[in-house]
Amino acid sequence: MTGDSRGRMLASALVALILTVLPLPPWLDVLRPAFLVLTVFYWSVNAPRSGGIALGFFAGLALDVFQGPVLGQHALALALLSYMVMREHQRIRSKPAFQQALIVFAALAVYEFVVFAIDGWTGHALGSPLRWVHVATGALIWPLTAPILAYSAGRLT
Amino acid sequence: MTAFGTPAGRPLGRSGSPGFRFTLFAALSVVIMYLDQRQHYLEHVRYALQAAAYPIQLAVNSPATAWRWLRESVATRESLQQENVRLRATQRDLELRAMRYEALARENGELRGLREALPPVVERWLAAEIVNIQQSSLRQRLLIDRGASNGVFRGQAVLDDQGLIGQTTHVGPWSAEVILITDSEHAVPVRIERTGLRTIAVGGGDNASLALPYLPANADIRSGDLLVTSGLGGVFPEGYPVARVTEVHRDAVQPLAQVRAATLARVDTDTEVMLVWFRADQPAAPAATLNAAGELMHGNAAMQAQPAPPKPTAAPSTTAPSTTAPSSTAPSTTAPSTTAPPAAPPAPATPSKTTPSKAAPSKATPPADPAAAAAPAASPAAPPAAAPAPDTAPPAANGARS
Repeated sequence: MTGDSRGRMLASALVALILTVLPLPPWLDVLRPAFLVLTVFYWSVNAPRSGGIALGFFAGLALDVFQGPVLGQHALALALLSYMVMREHQRIRSKPAFQQALIVFAALAVYEFVVFAIDGWTGHALGSPLRWVHVATGALIWPLTAPILAYSAGRLT
Repeated sequence: MTAFGTPAGRPLGRSGSPGFRFTLFAALSVVIMYLDQRQHYLEHVRYALQAAAYPIQLAVNSPATAWRWLRESVATRESLQQENVRLRATQRDLELRAMRYEALARENGELRGLREALPPVVERWLAAEIVNIQQSSLRQRLLIDRGASNGVFRGQAVLDDQGLIGQTTHVGPWSAEVILITDSEHAVPVRIERTGLRTIAVGGGDNASLALPYLPANADIRSGDLLVTSGLGGVFPEGYPVARVTEVHRDAVQPLAQVRAATLARVDTDTEVMLVWFRADQPAAPAATLNAAGELMHGNAAMQAQPAPPKPTAAPSTTAPSTTAPSSTAPSTTAPSTTAPPAAPPAPATPSKTTPSKAAPSKATPPADPAAAAAPAASPAAPPAAAPAPDTAPPAANGARS
């Protein structure tokens, strides 16, 4: 874990953010996985010391600026996700990809639930049930995303 | 970056345990959320963040911009000529209509008994390019490339050549976020052009539909009716086309008709939108023009969540937060004693444990007349509670978000 690692982390987070705000047609938008959340998940599991909860918080804040009705909403959800994942990072890391995908599914569900709950408490629109679709697509895409993130982290060459 | 070279034996993190740091960040998030949601203290922070986010949004949009530029620059001579012919035809058509419009405006002015025709309601307008577009069931937003440096203000009406698009919600220095009228958090006061019946059109949450949920089942509305802005609500001027009714469903057991309408503006094919400034002294201008300088724009409840009518303009906003905190407990505890007179004996006890100074009048009188006691007890809470009322009342869209 060096300064280089932090640079790679920020770069991957930036790319994930761009993928998140990229305009897509509505039907594709529903399917779009939460790339930034997956990235935070990856870094929290594999390099908990370099990013950790701060990464989750600031990544969430960035999401709030781009698409949150309330500032701090995604920040809280992502900080929680990264905290939970960091606690169990050694166990998650040793799991095969399939089981990791299940964990990603659970983590994304918790994340989306927090966002959903805050939407409700603050009186914003709750949207259609389609908002939960990205939880599944995120888990499905995880076995593909993880190697890419590992490459970006310099773990695979 | 020596901080990262933590000894292997040390637990995670640089300072404090993960649990502690999580608590810290969670508390910070909650504070941010509270400030953003309740008090709108964070408008300046949002302004700065919007400025910081703009380069990323530009970068995200750059492939689309590059593609458009490429297509325009390799457009053939023939297609340009064709377009030119088409545009000239449109222009002639519009000129003809404008000629008629002048005459009509004069005639209208005479009918109204005015000396001369009124100036047009649009004082000036500004074209803005769409930088980014979000269209999910949760959010229907645009990002445009004009911001406070161009004089754009919050709650400004945004149109395209067909009809109403939306209004600005967050304004950054060089960019602004526009909430579309199809956003499910948006409601626009409309009038049915054929009958003059006024109602509210709530965003349908998809890219081109509105719902009219407040029309009784016997309302005179049918498919094909044009909806225009009614001029209420303080944001949009009167008479701009909004949508066309596509579907009217009357159910014998439902007291309200279910009406859907399709927007006239085509946001998904537009590349440019128009920001407009309205003449405040024109009768067709937005209704609430008391302070057009900037505060009016905060007053549109249609774009806000209902618990947060931002920036009470009448009451001093600095006192609002300070009074709500201590006094919100006092009226809430005294209120039950007035609504439920049988609970009179415990009533004096409840106010006494809160702020004695404010509860004093209610403590003195409760056995005599609980209703009279309620008035002084509730008065400390009245300014913060009543202050948003002038803001929220005109749009009547507050209830639209239930």
